[in-house]
Amino acid sequence: MTNTIFAERKDQVHRKGEEPFQMTCDKESLAGAVSQRACVFCGSRVVLYPITDALHLVHGPIGCAVYTWDIRGALSSGPELHRHSYSTDLQESDVIFGGEDKLYRALIQLIERINPKAAFVYSTCIVGIIGDDLNGVCKKVEREKGIPVIPVESEGFKGNKRAGYNAACRAMFQLVGTGPIDDISPLSVNILGDFNLAGEIWIVRDYFERMGINVVANITGDGRVDDLRRAHGAALNLVQCSGSTIDLAKMMQDEYQIPFLRVSYFGVEDMADSLYKVADFFKDLEPAIMENTKELVRDELSKLYPKLKQYRKALEGKKAAIYVGGAFKAFSLVKAFRHLGMTVELVGSQTGTEEDYKELHEITDPGTIIVDDSNPLELSSFLQEKDVDIFVGGVKERPIAYKLGVGFCDHNHERKEALEGFVGMLNFAKEVYSTVTSPVWRFTPRQQALSSKPQEMDVLNERKAIEN
Amino acid sequence: MKEKRLKTKKEPYVATTDSCKLCAPLGACLAFKGVEGSVPFLHGSQGCATYMRRYVISHFREPVDIASSSLGEKHAIYGGGPNLKQGLKNVMSKYHCGLIGVATTCLTETIGDDTSRLVKEFQDEFSEETLKHGRPSIVNVSTPSYSGSHIDGFQSAVRAIVDQLASNLPSCGNTVNLFPGFVSPADTRYLKEIVHDFGLNPVILPDISETLDAPAAVEYEKIPSGGTPIASIKAMGTASFSVEFGRCLTDSISAAKVLADRFKVPSKKLGTPIGLRETDIFMNTLEEISCRKTPVKYELERGRLIDSYVDGHKYISGKRAVIYGDPDMVVGLASFLTEIGIKPVLCATGAKSQHFHTAIKAVTEGILDETPEVSDNIDFFDIEETAEKFRPDVLLGSSKGYKLARKWNIPLVRLGFPIHDRFGAQRICQLGYKGTQDLFDMIVNAVIQATQDRSPIGYTYI
Ligand code: SF4
Ligand code: SF4
Repeated sequence: MTNTIFAERKDQVHRKGEEPFQMTCDKESLAGAVSQRACVFCGSRVVLYPITDALHLVHGPIGCAVYTWDIRGALSSGPELHRHSYSTDLQESDVIFGGEDKLYRALIQLIERINPKAAFVYSTCIVGIIGDDLNGVCKKVEREKGIPVIPVESEGFKGNKRAGYNAACRAMFQLVGTGPIDDISPLSVNILGDFNLAGEIWIVRDYFERMGINVVANITGDGRVDDLRRAHGAALNLVQCSGSTIDLAKMMQDEYQIPFLRVSYFGVEDMADSLYKVADFFKDLEPAIMENTKELVRDELSKLYPKLKQYRKALEGKKAAIYVGGAFKAFSLVKAFRHLGMTVELVGSQTGTEEDYKELHEITDPGTIIVDDSNPLELSSFLQEKDVDIFVGGVKERPIAYKLGVGFCDHNHERKEALEGFVGMLNFAKEVYSTVTSPVWRFTPRQQALSSKPQEMDVLNERKAIEN
Repeated sequence: MKEKRLKTKKEPYVATTDSCKLCAPLGACLAFKGVEGSVPFLHGSQGCATYMRRYVISHFREPVDIASSSLGEKHAIYGGGPNLKQGLKNVMSKYHCGLIGVATTCLTETIGDDTSRLVKEFQDEFSEETLKHGRPSIVNVSTPSYSGSHIDGFQSAVRAIVDQLASNLPSCGNTVNLFPGFVSPADTRYLKEIVHDFGLNPVILPDISETLDAPAAVEYEKIPSGGTPIASIKAMGTASFSVEFGRCLTDSISAAKVLADRFKVPSKKLGTPIGLRETDIFMNTLEEISCRKTPVKYELERGRLIDSYVDGHKYISGKRAVIYGDPDMVVGLASFLTEIGIKPVLCATGAKSQHFHTAIKAVTEGILDETPEVSDNIDFFDIEETAEKFRPDVLLGSSKGYKLARKWNIPLVRLGFPIHDRFGAQRICQLGYKGTQDLFDMIVNAVIQATQDRSPIGYTYI
């Protein structure tokens, strides 16, 4: 089994309890390994695109733009510019003579046509190579058209997704501080790192409103340019997700002295904790807030727990595996599975940091495999070894699970089911339950082999040993 | 026939909005997926490979491993050679593959990596290593996406495979080479069956019938079984004939042309057999090659198809359709729609294609008195603008046209690539008499349903 792991990747895989914890991460992906990771451009696109009234223009050849066209589930309560794919679609002559002119003309034309509140211009690998002066073009168009035109330095090869988050934050920071803030309440927050997948930010906003807190800017789910401009008027930043928007929070802290809290809206404890943290922050200003929060949590939990219990009965003792983009989500998932009486056998992420993996090591049970920047060969072998009932991941992980006769839950940007908040926990439980208990698994050849003829598996393992 | 042609792109318009094409290396990866034991490998940065994987996986719902040389900043400056070589070594050691299909990306094309030289160097430098791993073939193809779309990448890769592997090694049996272009796994299976039934031994390249539509299995397969056997590709030079689908295919990327030039394998270029007339041409060709009559089974399929044409004509006669997608699919569909009495009012493709217009003209001539409006190098913004004035009744193409269908409140019959909002894309049949039959039923039913939905009464008897 260990044969599946590239020698170069040995220290990116850890089995808890076997040796003292130590893990390498933040490495470039290994050439020839089929990494599940994307690129810098992907990182910045993920963060920025839910800003619904901005033009998102990808400067580059067509692929980068089209692969990111409306593939994610960020909902809007108004404009829908984010659901289009705009590209300069560079051609050979542009590559030879430079794409600045084309970019300029594309921007002017699109701004005239769709009248956006701002424009983000993403650079892709090739633009980095041919050396177009993105800054210059953006400034020129900004002057001529009177809206912010912001370059996003997201050349794919300049690191991984994480670097893209940073580029997105720097781009957004150019908007922050440019709008009026006199009417903003002192009991106010910005929501960072939530992308309103399946309407999740609306669930969270509702909680805050019930607590008596105003939300100034959604960053970026259901986001608006004007809200971003006013974001520096909020009293507190709430940062969700491992790192996608933390840099923006830090910049705002340095520049505008706005403190931030890291939160998670996934799972019961994390959701409740997050609300309490916020209440705690504001309690001196508004003493009623603590009571409101307690009542909210009590209310939600009294609705949630009886239903969860039913699912738990069916799921007790089942096994799960997790491989997601950001490690922060993994923490909440580990806890969420515990709530369902399930054990987590494998947990990994594309871009975790050392602290992330340390924390995962803390909260998991002995024997759990912890992995950084994995690939299909490893993942499939881990799933087989651990014989799990469900795997949580994104689109690229799904067929791996299905081929092995293992259930799957999509916890990526493509999902259409809200998984945040207390109601999200219930949705999650429902999905895990209906997946794990589906009758289809008993017909898959692998499960049949496992259950009826254990000796067949031995033969299989032998065969594999020989092949390797 | 009156000539009418839309300008490729209106002048001041320079941005692409909602593209109707994908990039070249994606097409190459799909072609490589149809070779036995092969792993597609993108020479470029990690993002491209990952994006393409997720895109293809959503359509086929199968694992699709695409390796990458994962270039970072320093490689972009100093060249990607070392990473390419290391990547090839790594793929060999873990995948035990028969072929690695290396496609370049925009990045490596622009920094000027000479990929075929690098591959040669690799083979010399690591000859021991490759021997240890059974000496997998390495095919490389140049696929800068700024000079062609996914369909160009696909065809170029097929050609590269033939160019770099085919020889006149003796083969067994009476083989016929068939280059179907980018068609579904189910269609590939059916094509194989047809050629077999003529007593011929088909070598279909690429053959994605199993690799992108694999049955449930006991064991996880690193590389799914199936695909064109490499030994068969190597013997392609001795085939008695090559058949290549693609009225829009240019000679410069024709695989059959390579075999004809180098090994004198006679060949014929046919339209993709969608509809009665294009399928007839295909069957006639097989009759000629095999010196056998079309098996009764297909005569019956043909008879049933015509019978259904008659049964269904009233529901669809005079309806207007907009078709978009890969050039050769659109041409096939235009031919088919024309013969059943639906008017293709706009035939559109995102690819740049020199032969598209003439091909549409050729397949509609004699039935339509005017060639439909034809447009290549188009995006969905332009399709919308152009098609609005025709007030179409039905759309045919990938799921990316759904927003238009929704806006105009007309049905979308999902065909081609990508289909991301429906199930079973790998099983769509549209080739031959049987595939056309499926397609015909689907279209008639879509139109009936639209009528039914719009009716205040909701007839249960139509
Ligand atoms: S850089 Fe080129 S190859 Fe890569 S995704 Fe973009 S268009 Fe496709
Ligand atoms: S070209 Fe660069 S930016 Fe575009 S998808 Fe590939 S790695 Fe990402």
